[in-house]
Amino acid sequence: MKITCKDVANVALLSRLEFSESELETFTGQMDAILEYADVLNKLNVDNVQPTAHVLPLKNVMRADETKPSLSRELALSNAPEQEDGYFKVPKIMEG
Amino acid sequence: MELFKHTASQLHEKIIEKEISAVELTKAVLGRVDSVDKDVQAYITRTSETALAQAQAVDSKIQRGEKVSVLAGIPGALKDNICTKGIKTTCASKILATFVPPYDATVAEKLAAEDAVIVGKANMDEFAMGGSTENSGFFPTHNPWNLETVPGGSSGGSAAAVAAGEAIWALGSDTGGSIRQPAAYCGVVGLKPTYGRVSRYGLVAYASSLDQIGPITRDVTDSAHVMNIISGYDAKDSTSINTGVPDYTKSLVNNIKGLKIGLPKEYFVAGMDTEVERAINKAIEQLVALGAEYKEISMPHTEYALSAYYMIAPAEASSNLARYDGVSFGHRVEGNDIIDMYKKTRSEAFGAEVKRRIMLGTYALSSGYYDAYYLKALKVRTLVKQDFDKAFEQVDVLITPTAPTTAFKLGEKTNDPLAMYLQDVCTIPVNLSGVPAISIPCGFAAGMPIGMQIIGKPLGEETIIRAAYTFEQNNDYHKGFATLGEV
Repeated sequence: MKITCKDVANVALLSRLEFSESELETFTGQMDAILEYADVLNKLNVDNVQPTAHVLPLKNVMRADETKPSLSRELALSNAPEQEDGYFKVPKIMEG
Repeated sequence: MELFKHTASQLHEKIIEKEISAVELTKAVLGRVDSVDKDVQAYITRTSETALAQAQAVDSKIQRGEKVSVLAGIPGALKDNICTKGIKTTCASKILATFVPPYDATVAEKLAAEDAVIVGKANMDEFAMGGSTENSGFFPTHNPWNLETVPGGSSGGSAAAVAAGEAIWALGSDTGGSIRQPAAYCGVVGLKPTYGRVSRYGLVAYASSLDQIGPITRDVTDSAHVMNIISGYDAKDSTSINTGVPDYTKSLVNNIKGLKIGLPKEYFVAGMDTEVERAINKAIEQLVALGAEYKEISMPHTEYALSAYYMIAPAEASSNLARYDGVSFGHRVEGNDIIDMYKKTRSEAFGAEVKRRIMLGTYALSSGYYDAYYLKALKVRTLVKQDFDKAFEQVDVLITPTAPTTAFKLGEKTNDPLAMYLQDVCTIPVNLSGVPAISIPCGFAAGMPIGMQIIGKPLGEETIIRAAYTFEQNNDYHKGFATLGEV
């Protein structure tokens, strides 16, 4: 086994997902099979190979620091599940 | 022949000759949607009213004697991960079921500027994750050639709509084959441009270093026309390539004398349908007879590309999909506290494949596994890309099957994610390398279309369009039309 139910439960927490016991078992089996398949990568020696995160020779694309029209507050909030006084509204995140 | 069976360039001629009106054409396509979409289920959202208004505007322009573009008044579909201002854009996910973008994707803006008519937003695998459109959070789409089979994916709604006459053209997006594989399964033409050729602004992100928007059309001519419209630099996409766009229709030349074709032997994988292999070999013979040269070449890292992709794409996805937290848009499920709200929202509204990829990506990026999985995959990506660089020192284009088989039955692979992933084996290396590729129909096996993939150098769209056009003009495969609703 490349991965255990406990590992998967931890990854679920990091991913902000929750699963029932049986779902967790199914996911563990499926992820294990995929990671097993990914093991083929270990057949290659890549010690002296540079990683490619991106195919274009681009770095730090900047635009001029100029003010431009942007979405109105009303439009930006138009899809909010909950809003109040022009702000996104979320459950309380601090005690007191 | 019914209007909805023509290509965009044919219909454009009829419109400017005033043989038909744009409204008449749009009504014909909307009528086709009415009669067959209950079986095909290509659309998530239909925009019939705005479509007719757009068509009416084109007819007015023509009446005033104004010149109109080739897509003016021609009804098409957009994959539902392309943002459309004021029109629901769901990514086929329950988490975005009610999301109405406050802005247009750059491609949607460009199409509107050319007076294209939009019939609706096409179904897809949720967040473009999948190869069959069965991962749609709403309903699966069916292949017009055989309703018991999948249309491919993730742009399955776009490809099925074009194949069924429910749209004359469509846009899809391609992260690991999501334009080309459904085009192959549905017997239509799908082009994935060079990474950076078409703006991704307003395309809901799946794996940002791989995603690219492209056309799905009835023939290569229409593909070139749509490419002319959607390509080009966009300051709103920081990975957009800042070079001029050629007129792709100039590459619609029926001549490939001297073209050097490479046939990478590693793409003919175990488990490949013998009919598919036979069709590709026959196509190569024909291209050689038309004046091309061909040689078998080796791309030794091909077998590693799929594994690398299934680390890289989920890793990027896990980061991109962190934004669906029930705060600023989309679905929300209340919880005891904010973390609980995030978990409940995401667990309820994401489908199984999306969860699987978020989990896989989070794992590959997590402390202790980053070097073993993610970093290693990025290094393998370099090797895969070098295979292409070396191949293109010897040849002009590479030809492979688009997928190892024709369309499979609905439900056949849903319980085995890995078997589903293996369908992408011929298309994924292209995304990892950022090069362009086109899938065109090249035969049938048991009545189902087979796709041939022609891969080009970076920004080599013109060469693959010329090769594809030459093949098409010397064959009739693209003239077939699914007999849906007419049996």
